[in-house]
Amino acid sequence: MKQGNIKVALVGNPNAGKSTLFNALTGMRQKTGNFPGVTVEKKSGTFRIADANGHDDAHVTLVDLPGTYSIYPKSKDETVVMDILANPQHPDFPDVVVIVADASNLQRNLLLFTEINDLGIPTVLALNMLDVAESMNLTVNAVQLAMQLNVPVVRINARTGEGMKGLKEAVKQVVGRTEKPALRYFYEPKENEIGLINEVKEIHHLDNDYVALQYVCQHDNFSFLEQPVRAKLDALIEKYGFDENNFLANETIARYEKIKPIVSKAVKSEGATEQPYWTRKLDSILLHRVWGYVTFALVLLVVFQAIFAWASYPMDMIDAGTAAAIEWVKGALPAGVLNDLITDGIMAGIGGIIIFIPQIAILFALVAILEESGYMARVMVIMDKLMRRFGLNGRSVVPLISGVACAVPAIMTTRSISSRYERLLTIMVTPLMSCSARLPIFTILIALVVPETKVLGIFNMQGIALFGLYLLGLLGALGSAWFLSLFIPRREPSYFMLEMPSYKLPRWGHVGFTMYESVKSFVLEAGKVIMAISIILWVLASYGPGDSMNVAEQQVVASMTTAPQEEIDAAVASARLESSYAGQFGRFIEPAIRPLGYDWKIGIALLASFAAREVFVGTMATIYSISGDTEDVLTVKQRLIQEKNPETGGQMFTPAVCYSLLMFYVFAMMCMSTIAVVYRETHGWKWPMIQLAYLMVLAYGSAFLVYQVLS
Amino acid sequence: MNLNKERMSARTVSLLKKGEKGIIKSFTDRAMSLKLLEMGCLPGCEVRLDAIAPFGDPICINVGGNYSLSLRLNEAAVIELE
Repeated sequence: MKQGNIKVALVGNPNAGKSTLFNALTGMRQKTGNFPGVTVEKKSGTFRIADANGHDDAHVTLVDLPGTYSIYPKSKDETVVMDILANPQHPDFPDVVVIVADASNLQRNLLLFTEINDLGIPTVLALNMLDVAESMNLTVNAVQLAMQLNVPVVRINARTGEGMKGLKEAVKQVVGRTEKPALRYFYEPKENEIGLINEVKEIHHLDNDYVALQYVCQHDNFSFLEQPVRAKLDALIEKYGFDENNFLANETIARYEKIKPIVSKAVKSEGATEQPYWTRKLDSILLHRVWGYVTFALVLLVVFQAIFAWASYPMDMIDAGTAAAIEWVKGALPAGVLNDLITDGIMAGIGGIIIFIPQIAILFALVAILEESGYMARVMVIMDKLMRRFGLNGRSVVPLISGVACAVPAIMTTRSISSRYERLLTIMVTPLMSCSARLPIFTILIALVVPETKVLGIFNMQGIALFGLYLLGLLGALGSAWFLSLFIPRREPSYFMLEMPSYKLPRWGHVGFTMYESVKSFVLEAGKVIMAISIILWVLASYGPGDSMNVAEQQVVASMTTAPQEEIDAAVASARLESSYAGQFGRFIEPAIRPLGYDWKIGIALLASFAAREVFVGTMATIYSISGDTEDVLTVKQRLIQEKNPETGGQMFTPAVCYSLLMFYVFAMMCMSTIAVVYRETHGWKWPMIQLAYLMVLAYGSAFLVYQVLS
Repeated sequence: MNLNKERMSARTVSLLKKGEKGIIKSFTDRAMSLKLLEMGCLPGCEVRLDAIAPFGDPICINVGGNYSLSLRLNEAAVIELE
């Protein structure tokens, strides 16, 4: 038996329950990364196989490969499957492939199985969704199937975790085989293909006919083949007059001809078979020309209510808690620079991060529920025609909706869009969807200008305002897609073709896990940036070049001898900030942002938030706690309300300024991570730079317009 | 639009009415036919039009009583019925 680490790859059709099985096997022992060399997200995890006495026997690394209907990729994501399976040198090349099959649709699911079998990699077939098959009056005989397919077949239920032991046993047994059974090809090459196959086998030292055929058909997708090698293969194709399209169709039909008798022997059908009744019933409502949109709008509205209204309770508690903690530390530590750094710099910065945990948790949980339940596929259907008008695809809905959580994973999900053109357009406009990092900014500014009144008894006015901002982002995304589609040439036809999964109850454990993961990565990843910038900012705002800060202080004191002490203190703090490094920086860019209604203090926050927009609020917290009255600790919102405009003497954050800021942040692409992911996904700086530029123009223009109209 | 097509050529999935059934005969587009084959739309397989999205496109068909597939009208138009 092979000792140590066994590598297992999980493949299967979309909706066959592959990720559910992955979760059932690995539990919390999983991590996400990238496949080496490509930017396709890789989910891997580990599990152990115990021997008869319950001792650890083998350690298994499980890799979840992208869901696919066949080994011939239809989208960028799917190319990874064969890039690994055709290359035994690949670090993820598996010892065993576990193929997850939907038992209620066995014929189609076995197509992929026969293809992978023919590659000569040891396989185990996991029959999932037997309960669905049963509800459709189908009985699947696993023993019969195993005999016909010549591989171990295991009955599992990925959702309940049944059959995991049997599956592990089967994996162990296949790995432990001392002798590899002779390969029985499901597809026998035709006469005219044999010459080509033999030549490819010889050149590339292959011993498998079907792998050789994959070199012929897919070499452009194989990252392990150099360009000259690919060119040689092209020459061979030419020499033998191999017609790829013809071959693919013939191969697929030939496979189905082998599969049909196997399925009819192994699957007994009693009476009419149908999709679950309530799936059809629900579809008639959710795809309805009126109720479909009404439901979708309601679902979105509930999402925003949840983010805004429900999350406000824990957020208020965190806000008050942070303020109290800062006050306590301020009093407990001896006064001085260190005290200021910890309280005004670090603690104010951290407070700015953790307050958004409730919103982010709720948002990611709701998006996960929509995907899990099968509703997202229906949304793609009802939105496809609309999306097409803007040059997009129904599938663009998923990146756009996920963009509400975070543009980075959202842009990565565009890989499921097979048309490069539609994928590029979707990438270009996804950052316009208001991500969770904008929430902090929206929340604070809305709280300043929108009253907290109830509308129609249930809806919170602030929630509706937030909804409006998200809607504005969506309209901006669609409008930009349409505009960009006028300039980007379309090269290939557009496809939709989408399997509709039956509706399922979300797996709450998985929703919880997604929530936990997103909060963790927000706190750790975004938190690191926010905290670093908060500290740097505190330093820049507390120190100035040479003696400038003290000079400024003396000038203020000299000019205000008669004023009450409190007023002098406030003026001194403000003058000191203004002459600090940060203040001079803000002063420098003030002319550029003056037409938008912003002063140099907002300018500092604006600059700091170029790295990541969520920094804005933390920065405001730091700036205003440095310039403010140090006697009492206030929440950020209270500080902003108290902030005076030095010229008018009125409030600094007037509705005009707030709305102008809101416009700016709805459109501006202030996120390094998004720029980085667009660079990675489009392989160059051209598109991220175009994106950055057009979004900046949009942001500045609309903020300018709003401020000039309102003030 | 649908009427014209009906007159000139064979019955296709795009011409089915809601609830109507048909049996797949062949495909008129090669690139599309491979995708359809891989998704289980085989000649001889029975399909039924289950739902039509708002604005008439895309449509959802039931394939062989097994599962539900959503496709655009132009994609459905390449599937000829017996």
